[in-house]
Amino acid sequence: MQGTLSVSVWRGGEAGSFQSYEVPRRGNQTVLDVVTYVQRKLDGSLSYRFACRVGMCGSCAMMVNGRPRWTCRTRVSRVASSGKLTIAPLRNLPVIKDLTVDMTDFFDKWAKAGGVFKPTATRAEDFAAIRPTDSKRRHADAGIECIGCGICYAACDVVAWKPGYLGPAALNRAWTLVNDTRDGNGAARLRAVAGDDGCLACHSQQGCQEHCPKHLNPTAAIAGLKRAVAVAALKGRL
Amino acid sequence: MSAEKLQTCLWLVQRISASVLAVAVAVHLITIIAAVQGGLTAAEIIARVGGNGAWAAFYGVFVVAAAVHAPIGVRTVLQEMTPLPNFFVNALSALFGIGLLIMGLDAVSILYRLGGG
Ligand code: HEM
Ligand code: SF4
Ligand code: SF4
Ligand code: FES
Repeated sequence: MQGTLSVSVWRGGEAGSFQSYEVPRRGNQTVLDVVTYVQRKLDGSLSYRFACRVGMCGSCAMMVNGRPRWTCRTRVSRVASSGKLTIAPLRNLPVIKDLTVDMTDFFDKWAKAGGVFKPTATRAEDFAAIRPTDSKRRHADAGIECIGCGICYAACDVVAWKPGYLGPAALNRAWTLVNDTRDGNGAARLRAVAGDDGCLACHSQQGCQEHCPKHLNPTAAIAGLKRAVAVAALKGRL
Repeated sequence: MSAEKLQTCLWLVQRISASVLAVAVAVHLITIIAAVQGGLTAAEIIARVGGNGAWAAFYGVFVVAAAVHAPIGVRTVLQEMTPLPNFFVNALSALFGIGLLIMGLDAVSILYRLGGG
């Protein structure tokens, strides 16, 4: 593959600006390769995150030409047909420097949404037997592969408008646990996801589902939570 | 009542009133289309709706559903689009709902009485 890419990369904190770089094109090049080239060859002071480079760790998410993407699994050829790339830090999170954002809020909200598994059995007991075909298990399976990349959180307008909103990833996590029959924190978790900042704030516009690189559907998980919360309220269990 | 429960009830009431509105809006649109055939006059409307208990009840339910549904939605819009504190958001939305209810029920009752009911 021949030619060069013209790449604009965000530099600085919240009040930074874009800076332009010329990066040689390569076959099968990923957006992460481009960022790495800039840091290794052009400007060593560029900050960004990655770890696994194979779509498992969830640390490399950035805004690429305005959309949140996992950069290690995004081919340049798919997103930069015009030979131009704009790479910015993930939306809806405070910028620390360049392409790194502060994920504290994002993960604190997982805890707020009751994202911690609370066992009901002790280690003295045998394994819980759960059929893979069980409908609750299927709901849990549908959301369990989340890598915590924050892409859905960046894609969600409600997160942008309502800073307290728990967001798609935390609510998706809560829904997998609501469907985990071994978990003993159901009532408290439903209360945690019920309020104005919880699942009821979602407008079902599916920005999260559209962008999730693992093809999860947080919108469907949130719809499940809405039903569970509504039923709990009607039965006086909220 | 806990805040979570209250907020969930608001959400539920908005969905329930929306389903009432869906039916009411459909009836309303069909009536409009039927009524404008061959021109529309005040006398014609009063002749049809005035003094008619069934129409008064229908529009009464329509008004109540709208007066419940819309302010809950406005509350969401204000929460998302303005930096107003929650107290003001709730107060503004409630005032808006009360306004809709008073104006709507007033219109329904005037139309009913115009027909000599
Ligand atoms: C056919 C009748 C109607 C149906 C089925 C309906 C349904 C809905 C639903 C499902 C929502 C929630 C949207 C969300 O949370 O994402 C909503 C929101 C809203 N509705 Fe209605 N509605 C109807 C009529 C009306 C009318 C007549 C008004 C005004 C008088 C109104 C005003 C609002 C407002 C202000 C919102 C808030 C916007 C939002 O939450 O996204 N609606 N409606
Ligand atoms: S569907 Fe809900 S959670 Fe997903 S992006 Fe839209 S508002 Fe956010
Ligand atoms: S739900 Fe998808 S987009 Fe959101 S954090 Fe998990 S893997 Fe990333
Ligand atoms: S570097 Fe691990 S998911 Fe991209």
